[in-house]
Order: sequence, then structure tokens, then C-alpha cells
Amino acid sequence: MNISHHFDDATLMAYAAGTLPQGMALVVACHLHWCPECRHRVKQAEAVGGALLDNISPVAVSDSALDDILASLDEVPAAAQKQVKTSEPNQTELPDPLSTYLNKSLDDLPWKWIGYGMYQVDLNFGGKGAARLFKLAPGVSVPHHTHTGNELTLILRGSYSDEIGRFRRGDVADLDSDVLHQPIVDTGEDCICLIATDAPLKFTGIMGRLIQPFIGL
Amino acid sequence: MQEDEPIGGDVNAVTKLAEDSRKQMRDEWSARLMSLGETRDKAVFAQLFSYFAPRVKAYIIRLGMPLATAEEVTQEAMLAVWRKAHMFNSDKAAASTWIFTLARNQCIDRMRREKAVEYELPEEEPDPDQRDNAEHAILAERMQIAIQQLPENQAQVLHLSYYEGKSHSEIAEQLGIPLGSVKSRLRLAFSKLKTYWGDEA
Repeated sequence: MNISHHFDDATLMAYAAGTLPQGMALVVACHLHWCPECRHRVKQAEAVGGALLDNISPVAVSDSALDDILASLDEVPAAAQKQVKTSEPNQTELPDPLSTYLNKSLDDLPWKWIGYGMYQVDLNFGGKGAARLFKLAPGVSVPHHTHTGNELTLILRGSYSDEIGRFRRGDVADLDSDVLHQPIVDTGEDCICLIATDAPLKFTGIMGRLIQPFIGL
Repeated sequence: MQEDEPIGGDVNAVTKLAEDSRKQMRDEWSARLMSLGETRDKAVFAQLFSYFAPRVKAYIIRLGMPLATAEEVTQEAMLAVWRKAHMFNSDKAAASTWIFTLARNQCIDRMRREKAVEYELPEEEPDPDQRDNAEHAILAERMQIAIQQLPENQAQVLHLSYYEGKSHSEIAEQLGIPLGSVKSRLRLAFSKLKTYWGDEA
């Protein structure tokens, strides 16, 4: 399995700094479980945070803080060594963070038909933006659209092609308002993606404006 | 942002400190954190607390937490240091980087009620060219110097992102520049910092 499309450095830095909305952080976390290259870059981006922590002007904690915490240590067990599994995208269908969240296989989800050969499941994260699973039938093309903010897409099954290239399982598309694209499912298999945004999409054609209210991203 | 209060001022001030002693200090904290994991010695924890708790608190305040909450979240983050010290591996990160990620996760948990997203990175497979501890400390040191040498506009977006917890769109709005410029400044900063890791030297 070769992952050929990765995250932008700026996205990984936002992840490391902890500033991504929850849905986008989930997309990043899922790709990281599959992609050693992006994991390496996140560690570097976290080291930026460490260097900043070394440089910060300290702010005194309360006088009793140390005594309070020392008094409570005996009641606090050591954390169990958590098995955070990495996997190759071809070993298990869903990356760990998503399967933990969904607790179901992709085929058992309550897919909602939204017209145009497209189905979706809203993950209902609060806060800004949205996170959804999309299922696109073979031959379906998503209407031309651009983005008012950022859109992160992780391919979970199948593939699509657009103006940028071909996106297969494990690949991510990291898009912002500079990109106008029209993805087309390019094999005989459904394409299932996890998509998170921090602002609504902007469809450009008449077809797109018609379905916008249904997609609601 | 006020013109007369350049962000990154405290970074520049630190440049004056002797770099050797900082590197030595960083090695010592990593060694202490390793030994805390092995021994669970409260005296070692107290040392780590005295050094890192005021830094973690300063970081949390910069993220915009009210003072009382910042004190609480600092305690929670330091408690996580105690609970997880045995998972720290100085081959993989400097102590300050590891504690930064714990503090960051604690803030995220506090700001969101749900905890669906797993921020912890998975364990790496053993890596044949894994950097040893000494080399890691040198890289952390170089990273610090590199941050201080970034152009003002790149250092500024780095600080707004990491220290004020601002999203890229919020930074764009605050500085009155396009979102694309925020991202390209961050990318430039990151590629400069990466050369100090030997990735693109």
C-alpha cells in the first residue's frame, strides 16, 4: 500500500498545536495511524511546541499546588500502557480512531441518501464545521465546488480522481479556498471518504447550488 | 496585535542565554523524567513539578483559559506526567515536548466535553536509524535557535498558533491577511525548522 497524497505541513502544525476543530483532528488522527511519514512530521511539529515551552516566561503556581499534588499521588495509579495500534491501510478497513468512534463497520452505518448517487452519515461533532462520511456510487461526480475554509478528506474505500490527481484508500486531500475541484469516482467500486471542514463548502454550478442544502457541509 | 508589542519578544531575550547550559539542562530534565518512570520517586516528581508546572501554567494561560481554570488544568497535566512517566522515552522526544503534548491534550479535553479524538500517536516500530538521546537533545537545541531566527512574520503566526491556540482562519482575521498567507508563513517556518532536524539539510 502506497500513500501518495499527504497533509500540508500547515495542517499538521495546527494538529500539533491542538487548534483543529474536532472533526478535522479526527481525519488527521486516522491518517496518522496509516502514514509513518506524516507521523514523523507531527513529531517535529510537536517539538516546536516543546521548544516554545522551554522558552516561555513561567507563571507561578499557587503556594500549595505542589503539596496538594504530592498528597494525592498515592491514590493515582500509573496509567495502563495503552496499545495504540498502527496499521497498514490494507490490514483493517478502518483506522483505529474512527473504528473506536463508530464502533460499527462501514456497511452497517445508517447511510442517508442525499441524491445524485451520494449517501452520507453525519458524525455530529459539535463546534465549528462538520465531519461526515460520504459514499459515492461508481461514476458519480460531486459538483464543482470550492471551500470557504479548509476541507480534509481521507479515502477509506475505493478511489476518485479530480483536477489534482487520483486519490486512493489511505490518501488525503487537504484543500482550501484556492482549489476548485470536481471529484469523480473512477472505478466500479463505491468510494467512501471521511470528510471534515471548518467552514461550509461553496458549490459553483447550478447543480451544486441545488444540492447544497442537502449536503450541508 | 499592538505594533509596539512584537510577539516573540521573550524568544529573542532567551537568545542571550548560554546555549550549552540550556542543552545540558534539557538533557537533565529528560533524564529525570526517565528516572521518574522507572522509580516513581516523589522527590524527582517534585523537581519536575517545580520546573515545568509554572511553564505549563503560562502556556495554558496563553491559550486563553481563565486563571483559576489554568491552575486546575496545570494540576491535571502534571498529574498526567506522574501517571504516564513510564511511557516517556527520551529517544523519541525531549521532556519539554512530551509535557507540551500532555498539557495540550488536557486543554483540549477541558475545552471540549467529548473526547472522541485520540491525539496520542501510535507507538513506532523500531526504527533502524533512530536517533539516540544525545543527538535528540542537540536537535532540540538547534530547533530552539532556529525558532529565534525566524523572520518576525513567521515567528508571529507560530506563536499565535501554538501559544494562543488560534486556528488558521482566526489568525488570518486577526492579522488581516488571507488564509493562504497564514498557511504559507507556517509552511516556510516549518521547512526552516526541519532543516535543523537534518531532513532537508
